Parts: sequence; structure tokens; C-alpha cells
Amino acid sequence: MSYVLDRRLNSKDKSAVNRQRFLKRYRKHIKRAVSDAVSDRSITDMDRGEQIGIPQKDLQEPVFGHGSGGYRERVLPGNKEFVRGDRIKRPNGGQGGSGSGQASDGGEGVDDFVFQITQSEFLEFMFEDLELPNLVKRQLSSIDTFKMVRAGISEEGTPNQLNVVRSMRSAFARRIAMGAGKRRECNRLREELDKLPADDQVQRAAIAEQLEMLERKLARIPYIDDFDLKYNIMRKQPQPSSKAVMFCLMDVSGSMDQRTKDIAKRFFILLYLFLQRSYEKTEVVFIRHHSTAKEVDEEEFFYSRETGGTVVSSALRLMKEVIADRYPPTEWNIYGAQASDGDNWTNDSPVCHEILSRQLIPQLQYYCYIEITDRGHQELWQYYEQLAQSHADGFAIRSIEDYPDIYPVFRELFQRQAKNA
Amino acid sequence: MKSQPISEGSDWTFDLIERYDREIARIAAGYRLETYPNQIEVIRSDQMMDAYASVGMPVGYNHWSYGKQFLNVERDYKRGQMGLAYEIVINSNPCIAYLMEENSMTMQALVIAHACYGHNSFFKGNYLFRTWTDADSIIDYLVFARKFVAECEERHGVEEVEAVLDSCHALMNYGTDRYKRPYPVSAEEERIRQKEREDYVQQQVNDLWRTIPRKDNREQQAQENRYPSEPQENLLYFIEKNAPLLEPWQRELVRIVRKIAQYFYPQRQTQVMNEGWATFWHYTILNDLYDQGLVTDGFMMEFLHSHSSVIYQPEFDSGYFSGINPYALGFAMMRDIRRICEHPTEEDKRWFPEMAGSDWLTTLHFAMENFKDESFIQQFLSPAVIRDFHLFCIVDDDQQETIDVGAIHDDNGYRSVRDALARHYNLSAREPDIQVYEVDVRGDRSLTLHHLQNSRIPLSGDTEEVLKHLHRLWGFDVHLFSRDGETVDKVYRVPGGKISLATD
Repeated sequence: MSYVLDRRLNSKDKSAVNRQRFLKRYRKHIKRAVSDAVSDRSITDMDRGEQIGIPQKDLQEPVFGHGSGGYRERVLPGNKEFVRGDRIKRPNGGQGGSGSGQASDGGEGVDDFVFQITQSEFLEFMFEDLELPNLVKRQLSSIDTFKMVRAGISEEGTPNQLNVVRSMRSAFARRIAMGAGKRRECNRLREELDKLPADDQVQRAAIAEQLEMLERKLARIPYIDDFDLKYNIMRKQPQPSSKAVMFCLMDVSGSMDQRTKDIAKRFFILLYLFLQRSYEKTEVVFIRHHSTAKEVDEEEFFYSRETGGTVVSSALRLMKEVIADRYPPTEWNIYGAQASDGDNWTNDSPVCHEILSRQLIPQLQYYCYIEITDRGHQELWQYYEQLAQSHADGFAIRSIEDYPDIYPVFRELFQRQAKNA
Repeated sequence: MKSQPISEGSDWTFDLIERYDREIARIAAGYRLETYPNQIEVIRSDQMMDAYASVGMPVGYNHWSYGKQFLNVERDYKRGQMGLAYEIVINSNPCIAYLMEENSMTMQALVIAHACYGHNSFFKGNYLFRTWTDADSIIDYLVFARKFVAECEERHGVEEVEAVLDSCHALMNYGTDRYKRPYPVSAEEERIRQKEREDYVQQQVNDLWRTIPRKDNREQQAQENRYPSEPQENLLYFIEKNAPLLEPWQRELVRIVRKIAQYFYPQRQTQVMNEGWATFWHYTILNDLYDQGLVTDGFMMEFLHSHSSVIYQPEFDSGYFSGINPYALGFAMMRDIRRICEHPTEEDKRWFPEMAGSDWLTTLHFAMENFKDESFIQQFLSPAVIRDFHLFCIVDDDQQETIDVGAIHDDNGYRSVRDALARHYNLSAREPDIQVYEVDVRGDRSLTLHHLQNSRIPLSGDTEEVLKHLHRLWGFDVHLFSRDGETVDKVYRVPGGKISLATD
């Protein structure tokens, strides 16, 4: 006696809970891997998952077992030339240890346990350091936003998409079409009945009977039928949005160490993800500076070191040139993000103030400056503070000591967004 | 009269599955295969991965280790290292078998013959399964366990529960009874009894640790000289009943893991037989279908292709070698039994005088019903199979310079090879023999275990870790003496530190 059941429509992801438990248990490992991945990846390359490797020995579930040594016998298949009493030299490493039954485990032990996490998990782990509130995390990780737009009428669909007017119209048309012949016949019979002399009872009765039958048939035409139903089709359309460009400005003078750059990188990633969510096309321009500024690619931006003085205005000037050159503000939403440890050449800060307030800020959506330092603020900060007061809408400065401090800068950005919307 | 093949193409439909099942059932009944009713479930490949990850339990409680298993399966499957084609079949009544929707009609038929009639009849017939597992109530019990674990997680937090389960899993192989038969209870009964147990066990524990002196103190002490009075091999059972500090719900978790271990206990001892039996029957049944003209040549080609890869045995020096393939050995032995019964040679008559010439089907059923891997090999491995596999036995003694070839497939060696192979499948030789020896009831409540070394084989490097888990459950110091005969070879203590040997 057998029953065959179709379980294919049963719920998916029965193992999702266990998988989550696993990720939670090894979050330290995963976070390390994610952190490594963040430093290895390009800023614009955050929308995929990551392969995580965990050393096998950290995952082991211990059980009592036999160690190597002692006296043991093994039976093996495929003897070719051995005869009883042969002595074989011990292979190096003593056969890998576990003798009976589970010998195969030994070979795998060396490899890492490798598995894949999804993009949203990847971002989850990355944001964890930054102490982003959940709302923001969700907004950031749902990069694709679509709008549903109507795209015509279809015969098939779900009840919630029913187009009532179209359905009723189609039912009406069908009723007309299906009843036309019978109604014509009815009319003809009625005319005939009128013409008949009143005393021809037999004939009248016959016609009346025919009429009645036709009317019954007419009444049986369904008021609405399955194939009358019409549905609206909806189509996903990417949210209409325009283009954005993000300028990353960073001081690469000797005083910026790798950790500072790493914090800056996370900040830039966040900004990028935020922009990518809001705009259809996002470009990134990297400008680094010491005493002179240079537009570079990402690799060079984060990882090459140079020494020299620090002249911030050089970067601002270059930014202005690039904007004039390639990103007319009428077409592009321009964002600027600057990271520095606060050093600047003494007489340069007033110049920066000048450039920003007169020339750049009017063209920009937003400009944020983060100072990654645990020392006191210097002149640049004071001039920027004035700017932040006079241009509260589009200019923000923050001092950052460690990863968790990155977020508050963003809160401001998001609040602004909410106000505008 | 030539009959019409059931199907021509490789696509399956529910209708075809039912027709194949009917034909296979008809042939199986002709061979006296008695089965539980079959519940054949068609599932997607990702559901199959879920099933793999939960080690074949259709309902399981949540635990990170199953998540790890799942990631492993998922990765292997995506890389294409592992076909999911074969079967998962669950020892329950009705017997649940999974068919994967991607498989061709041939593969579905193969799985039906293999799992729904092969394994199924083994579950129903073999003495170990009849003694140790209860097919009627296992699903109910798993449902109970899942609910109970989830409730505990709500009440005590996921991490608390996970910690206990981790520790229990570490001792899972030491959670089986070998000499008692558990009796079945339904989910409802189980729940009621759990409540009663909770109250009762706690009472017992308190009693055990009672410190108020009694009147007949001296007499008492002599009696209680050692607790437990006999060594205990079921560590989880001992903990469930005696660990002083466990909460009632923690005891119940220990019990759940122990019950599940008990459920899998027969499977661990009948791998060769179970797979051999199922493989023998899918081979026999599908060949019969072919002889009766019910399947096409193409069907047979596809079937034989996957059949021969299932029973492939790489040689010991091949890169693919990872031990003896239970499908290969089991299938060869089952066929060999039939051969000895039907066409015995002079050698067979000498080795198996009672079997040679007897009714093969009766003999085969007898073998399936009354043996486990160890005794099955001891009883039925014939010189012919030893020769076919070119089996030989090596002796690896760490006190010798070299590894010696102890016996090969010749007249002098058959018996030694057979003995050695049988020992290899003896569960108690495969796992270290560790038993509870003593609890210091009147002193520091420490738990002492003894490991009796078999052929001087020491414990593995995991031991310390496992003892930490044991310590977590027991709540007081744990000592393990690894003994070779009467001499103590090595002492493990958790927590570490030096304590003088009181017991020796």
C-alpha cells in the first residue's frame, strides 16, 4: 500500500532557522571575514554576498574517539602483490591517525569550512560595527526600489487585480452576443403572434410555448462568466531618479594611518550605498591630496601612501574643476565627503572656507566632513564649524574616534532626506 | 505475449509513479518482502538538502549544528560534488521516502524499489530495528521533542538550551542502552509522563544528595561504598537520572538526545546489511520488470549505469578510496548467498554445508532478520567474496617498525580476514569503551569515568573537550582514567589541576 504525495509546494527554507543559529554562533569569525572583505573590495562592489571560511578545528563537535597508536588491524580491498608476512614500511605521518571507520575524515580536516552568505547578511555584518539603527539598515540593504506601473489588461491574474469596469463591460458584450439570435427570434415570434387572428388558439399556444422556451434560454445566459474577468497587469519599473556623483576627498599625508583610512572607507561605503539607493546612477570620484591634489582610482586612493604637507584647498579646487568639466550641477546631484585627521597648512583653512562657501556649496546637495582623530581640533575644524552654522542644510561636520561614531553623521543626512520628501 | 513497457521517455508523472509502484509492489510481494505502508513524497532539491541537513529526521529541533550541516550540503551540491539523486528513507510507519523532482523516471523507479521495498522491509524485519526502534511513534516523539525544545528556548533562552544540547551531542554515542527494550508511547502520553518525571526525578536527586545523617550510619556507608554499584555505560542516562544540579527541563533535553541516539542505534550497526539488502532488491526487482517486458532497454541502460556506480569499490591505493563501500560489500554478500544456495561449488559446500542447496529466499530472509553487520559478516562472508574484493588484512602495531600483512585472500587467510572485517564493524570496538565508575557522593561529588583500552589504543585529542561538556552537565569535577588492563595509562581531569589518586 503506497501513497504518493506532492510536497513540492511545501514551505521553503526549513533550515533557515538552523542556518541563522550557525551564523550567530560563529559571528566572530564571520565578522572578521566580512571586515577583511570590506577592506579588499571596491566601494562600488557592495551588492553581493561573500564567501566565508572558518577553520575546521573551530567548528568541530567533539566526541570520544580513538587516537592514533596501539595495535590495530585493518581490512582493505584490492590487494595486488602482497602475501602473508609481508612487511611494509610505515608511511610518513603514521596513516593520519584515526584508524577504524572514519579514516576519511582525516583528509578533509585541513580545509576551511567554506560557505556563502548573502548580500543582505554581508551588509548586516558590516553595519554591525557602525551601530546603525534597523530602519537605516533596511533602507540601505534594499538597493533595488521599484515602482509598480500599470501595463495594460490581461485575461489572467489574481482577484486583487480585478478590473471591475472592464470585466462588466466584457460580460455585457458577451450577454448581447450570446442572446442576439434568440432575441431576434423572440421578436419575430411576437410579431407573428400579433398578426395571428385571436381565435386561432392552437397556433397561439404553440407560439407562446416557443416564446417561453426562448425566454428561458435567454435567462440561462450567465450574468458573468470566468472568461469575462479582466485583470490589470502591473509591471515593475525602476524608480525614476537622476544621476548622482560622489566625491571622496581624503588626506593621504603621512599622519593618516591604515586604521584611519579604514574608518574613512566605511564612511564612504555608507554614503555610496545611500546614494545608490536614492539614485539610478551613481558615480564616484576619488581625490586625494597632500600638498597637491590628484584624481586617482580607488586602489590608489586607499592604499598608497605619500608624504608631504597638507593643503586641503588643493583638493577642493580640483573638485571644482572636475565638476565644471564633467558634472554640470543641472544634471547631477553632487555629494562631497571629506575625511581627514584635521591637519592643514596654517593659512589654508580660510581659503577652504572661501572656496566652499562661495563656489562649492551652492552647487552641492550635501557636503560632509569627518575628522578622524582623538586629538583636539585645529584650525580647519573651526572654519568648517562656521560653515556648518551658516549652511546648516547642506553641510555637516563630525568628529570620529572609532567605528560607532560614523553613524551620527548619517542620521543627519537621513533626517534631511525625510524632511525633503 | 509481450507486454507493453510502462513508460518510454524519461519524464515522470504521478500517474507513472503509481503504476511503477504497483508493479514493483507486485514483484516484491512475490519475494515475500513485508513492508510498512509507503508514503512517497515528491520534493524539490532544496527540500532534499533540508532533509539531508536534518540527518534524515523529518522533524527536528533547531540547533546550529544542523545549520552547519545544511551549509555543507548546500555548498557541495552547488559545486556539483554531490548528487542528491539517491534516497532518504525514514524508519517510521508509514515509511516515508523522498523522491526528488529533478530525477528521471528510471531513477524514481530505482529509488522506489531501493527505499520503499528494500529498506522498508529491512526496517520491518531486522531484529535490531524490531527491538530498538518503534516505527509507529517516532514521528510523534520528534514532534514532541521539537515542541519541547522550542518551549525551553522561549522560557530559558536559546543560548541556555544550545549549551545543554551541545553537551548532550558530544555524548550522544554514549546515550544508548544495549540490553533493554524501550517501549513505545504516544506524543500525548509522552507529555504527561514528562511532567510526572520532572517532579519525581528532582525528588530522587535531592534524595541522593541528602546530607542529613541517618541512624544506621555505619551500615549505610558500607552499602553505599561505591555509587553506582555497577559501572554504567549509558552516560546520558546516568546524567539524566543523577546529575545533581540540572533543572528538570535540562534533564528532559538530555533525555530527548538520548532517545534520538537510541533511535539511530540500529542504523549504525546495520549499514552493510541494510544497504546491501536494499541494493540487492532494487537490482532483482528492476531486472524482473525488464524480463517481464515492462521497462525498455533505455531504462535498463540508465539503471545499470547508476547501479554500477553505487556499488563501485575503489581499491585501497586508489585516490577515491575511503573505506569499504557498504553498498558494494552488502550487495556482493547478498548475491553470494543466493549463489551459494542455488549453485554451490565444492568450496561452498565445505564452508556452508547447511546453506548450500537450500531455498535461497528463505536463507536470505533469515540472514536479514537475525543479524547485524558484525555477525552477518562473521556468518556469511564467503571465500568467493573475499577473493572478488581481493581483501587483505594489515596489522598496524605501534610497537613494531613496520606494518605487517596479516592475511590475504588465500586458504590460510580467509578466516582471519573474515574475523578482522567482522571486528571492524563491531560498534563496541569502534568506539572507546568508557563507563561511569564512581561518584564521590559523600565528598566533592566528583564523577569518575573509566576507559578500558582495547589493544592499547589511546583516546583522541578531543577527549578533554568532551569532558568539559560532561562537566557542564554534571556540574562538579570530572575525572577520566584511561586504563590498559589494570594499569592507568593516562588521567584526564576537568577542571584541570592535580588531585591525588584516591581510587587506585
